[in-house]
Amino acid sequence: MKNPEEIFELLKNEFGDTILGLDKDTPTESIILVDSMNINKIGAFLRNNNDLKFDSLMVLSGVDDTNGTKVKDEDGTDMISGGTLSVYYHLHSTNLKHKITLKVSTPRENPQVESTYNVWRTSDWHEREAYDMFGIIFLNHPDLRRILMPYDWEAGYPLRKDYKNPEFYKGMKVPY
Amino acid sequence: MGLLDKEFSDGNIVIARVDDLMNWARLSSIWQLGFGLACCAIEMMATSASHYDFDRFGVIPRNTPRQADAIIISGTVTLKMATRIKRLYEQMPDPKYIISMGSCANCGGPYWEHGYHVLKGIDRVIPVDVYVPGCPPRPEALLEGLLKLQEKIRNESLRKKIA
Amino acid sequence: MALKTETMVLNMGPQHPSTHGVLRLELEIEGELILSVKPHIGYLHRCFEKHAEAMTYPQVIPYTDRLDYLAAMGNNFGYVIAVEKLLGIQIPERVEYIRIIMAELQRIASHLVAIATNGADIGALTPFLYLFRDREYILSLFEMTCGARMLYNYMWIGGLSHDIHPDFVRKTKEFIIHFRPTIIELNNLLTFNKIFIERTANIGILPIDTAINFGASGPVLRGSGLPFDVRREDPYSIYNRFDFEIPTGKGLVGTVGDCWDRYYVRVLEMEQSLRIIEQAIDNIPEGDVHSAIPKRIKPPKGTVYARVENPRGELGYFIISDGNLNPFRVKVRAPSFVNLEVMGELCKGHLVADVIAILGSLDIVLGEIDR
Ligand code: SF4
Repeated sequence: MKNPEEIFELLKNEFGDTILGLDKDTPTESIILVDSMNINKIGAFLRNNNDLKFDSLMVLSGVDDTNGTKVKDEDGTDMISGGTLSVYYHLHSTNLKHKITLKVSTPRENPQVESTYNVWRTSDWHEREAYDMFGIIFLNHPDLRRILMPYDWEAGYPLRKDYKNPEFYKGMKVPY
Repeated sequence: MGLLDKEFSDGNIVIARVDDLMNWARLSSIWQLGFGLACCAIEMMATSASHYDFDRFGVIPRNTPRQADAIIISGTVTLKMATRIKRLYEQMPDPKYIISMGSCANCGGPYWEHGYHVLKGIDRVIPVDVYVPGCPPRPEALLEGLLKLQEKIRNESLRKKIA
Repeated sequence: MALKTETMVLNMGPQHPSTHGVLRLELEIEGELILSVKPHIGYLHRCFEKHAEAMTYPQVIPYTDRLDYLAAMGNNFGYVIAVEKLLGIQIPERVEYIRIIMAELQRIASHLVAIATNGADIGALTPFLYLFRDREYILSLFEMTCGARMLYNYMWIGGLSHDIHPDFVRKTKEFIIHFRPTIIELNNLLTFNKIFIERTANIGILPIDTAINFGASGPVLRGSGLPFDVRREDPYSIYNRFDFEIPTGKGLVGTVGDCWDRYYVRVLEMEQSLRIIEQAIDNIPEGDVHSAIPKRIKPPKGTVYARVENPRGELGYFIISDGNLNPFRVKVRAPSFVNLEVMGELCKGHLVADVIAILGSLDIVLGEIDR
């Protein structure tokens, strides 16, 4: 059993600058902020290190941080420009029974995160879902397609806060 | 059956209108396409299982659209699914009937407002004969819907409609 | 000269009687042999997460019902626990006890459907009728409590929507007496039936490391032999007060981690749920189930991840609050979503008919896979 501070220290010693910080302000859980281009390496370390053994990824969630500026596009609809999208990793060790949360952030205009497909296979579909819902590109993912929405959905990424639903899809009216 | 045996024991002739006879036969063996979509499908399953026993109305699930008379749209229809349902409907032979079960199939149900991927009512894609409201409708409600459908069939006529 | 052979792609679903909903499996087959299976999901994507962002915290609860519609109580449970953690409120004892009884009854009801459909899919229709009869019994208990048969909206943040019916305790005890023999009946009828064993033993073997790496949970993971249960690992509510066992797959008639093991874990779990209910039902303290419901639910800024053991596995809610009346983001870790991923691994090298047995043993609910 290790607490988040100890895990943070361990990671800091191992990876230095790619570990960006420890967010302890959140009342219920501490979050380790990580660089988005090194998450694969860090994940492999977390899984393989004998003191950590994070062998199971419980959930991977994309989030639209909505911290950009609100602008209006040509036809007057609200858009968000700038800011970041984030991905949260909730890890758990079935062996040592501790938990930790990692967070990576990536710019909204060109969201790219390394895939953790080869570390935890759970990431496979979860990353596809994050791509489907937020448009986050997971580099090195073998099969990054939409998963829940139709493969030919063209209207953007539904869970982004500035998503606008289309009027029609294949001749079917979408709004109520 | 005892009563009927006696009635027919010495080879009587029954006279009925063709319409009545045909409709009676059709409405008492409605074979539904065994097809579940969402939560409502569980209630549909419960209706066909022991307690409510759909079978006593002659409703048997068939697993292919080509042998089905009716389809129960039991649950939320999404945009991705709608085209497939249309295809299934087209594969069914005439005459075919549709029961729309649950608020979702009727009008989008709880997902009417923010459901970016939910079709707000199956009647936007295929024609519906009976709407059964509820979320989920109780098995009794589905049975009522079926009786309504039988009533509808009973009043149909084989004669060509003269406009 | 060798014959030139080609593989064939076969589509199973989205309308197929044994896919338990609207799942499409793309099977690549060579003769009867499966080379690969690709599940295509999303035919029931109902935008839960978008709805959650637009609703206030209590308004989300009915939508959680509709995720895993066979275990609606469990879904409510996970969500209210997450929000209560965020709010930091204490729950009256009475509420905790009633919640646990409901969750365990729901587990039995859900496993009954899982077992019934697993059997029905591979040809045993009679148990289906028997088990649905008993499920109706549980549903009538729920109906008596909150008026709904399937989607209850019963657990509220800080309390319950209704107190239990005065008759509830008596009826539940009757149910336990009535249900114990049913399990034996089920074992005679289906579990140790020769044909059923032939169809499920040594089929779809899931090794333990693969299960962990894929993040499988619930009976799928326990069937492979790891006694991992969130009720024990990370006790929520008052589960640490009860005495129950965690059944695991032992390879009784085949290899550890095969379809039969996953099936049998469910049968044993029903027995354990009965035990928990028995321990709880007589000790429900007096109290008011509405006393701790906050007037205004506006959690502070922060994130929370809470998980509960649903009949299908570990159900988690990740909620981000930005201090408003509605959640900023709700992400659901749906156990079936994760469990279905192993499908591709399990089917390799089996026959087409086995796909149905394997799918039945995974016990998926499309409502929570697609959300
Ligand atoms: S009407 Fe209600 S119960 Fe039926 S599918 Fe829709 S949400 Fe589910």
